[in-house]
Amino acid sequence: MKGGVMAEKIDLGKKVLSENDRLAGEIREKLSAHRIAALNFVSSPGSGKTSLLERTLAALKDELRIGLIAGDVQTENDANRLIKAGGRMVRPLVTGGSCHLDARMVSRVLPEMDIEQLDLLIIENVGNLVCPSSYDLGEDMKVVLISTTEGDDKPLKYPGMFRRSSIMVINKIDLLGTSDFDMAQVKANALSINANLKIFELSCRTGEGLDAWLDWLKQLVGEKRGE
Amino acid sequence: MHELSIAQSIYETVLREMEIRELAEVSTVGVRVGALSGVMADALQFSFEAIVIDSPLAGCKFTIEEIPVHGSCQSCGKAFVVKDFLFCCPICQSGQIEVTQGYELEIAYLEVRGKGEG
Repeated sequence: MKGGVMAEKIDLGKKVLSENDRLAGEIREKLSAHRIAALNFVSSPGSGKTSLLERTLAALKDELRIGLIAGDVQTENDANRLIKAGGRMVRPLVTGGSCHLDARMVSRVLPEMDIEQLDLLIIENVGNLVCPSSYDLGEDMKVVLISTTEGDDKPLKYPGMFRRSSIMVINKIDLLGTSDFDMAQVKANALSINANLKIFELSCRTGEGLDAWLDWLKQLVGEKRGE
Repeated sequence: MHELSIAQSIYETVLREMEIRELAEVSTVGVRVGALSGVMADALQFSFEAIVIDSPLAGCKFTIEEIPVHGSCQSCGKAFVVKDFLFCCPICQSGQIEVTQGYELEIAYLEVRGKGEG
C-alpha cells in the first residue's frame, strides 16, 4: 500500500430527509387517529390557492369543520384573508425566507389547533412547484393548482410535483381564450406524468365548476370518517 | 432553492456518523439523487462545497450519483427507464406505471482513509 493510505467505503444508505419523514409519519398517524382528512395545497405563486380556500370556506363552513395552516414566506396576509372568509381555525405559518414547508414546521403549529374539532385540515404550502415536492407533511394527498394564465406545459416543467400530486385543479377558466393556454394540452401533459391525476376545472372568480370540487371534498371527508 | 438546507442536513448527518463510528476523517461523501427528488444536483454540489469550508469536513469530496426514473408497468409488468418523465409503457402503452427508482435522496456511503500502516 503506497503511503499506507487506503480508502475504506462505509455503506450508509441513509435518507437525507429521514427526520422530516419521521415527523410526517407522526402527523399522519395523529390525524388518522382522529379521522381527519388532510390536504397539502401546492402551486406556483398566484395560481389561486388562497382564493380557492376562501371559496371553499365560504361554501362549506357550516357543513365541515375545516382547519387551515397558511404557509407564506413573509406576511400573514393569506391567513387574514382566510379568517375573513369564515375560517375559524386558521394558523399562519411564516417561513421567514424558506421556500417550502416541512414537517417540523407543521408539527410545531399543529398543537395550537384543537384538532379533535376538525373534519378536514388543509395546509397551504408556499407558492413554489419545486422545493415543496421533497417534503412530506403528513397529508393524505397533494392538490396541485395551475391556472389558465400560466403555460400549459407546466406539468412537463415540474414533473416531480405533478407526479406526487393526486389532484390537479385548473383555476381561472373564466379567462380561457384570452391567452394561448390550451385546456386539452395541459390535461394531456399532466396525465402523461401521472395517469391517475383527478382533474377539476373551475373559476374562483365566477364560481363555475366549484360544485364538483366541493362535492369531492365532502366525499373525501365522509370516506375518512368511514361513512 | 432548498438545496442549501438539504446540504446542511447531509453535513450534520455525516458529522453525527463520524462521531458514532469514531471516524477521524471522511474523504468522500457519496449521495444518490433521484430525478424525481426535487433536488438539483448542481445546486446541491455547490451548497455542500460552500458549507464544508472551514469545517471538520473541509476538503471532503462530494460525489453525486444521479438516478434516472425507473418504472414498472402495472398492466404488463414491463420494467423500463422512464425517459423525459413520460410515464407510458413502451410495450403496452399503459400509463399505470409504478415508480421503482427516482425518488432517492440519500447519503449512500462515506469513504474514509484507512489506517493502512497498521
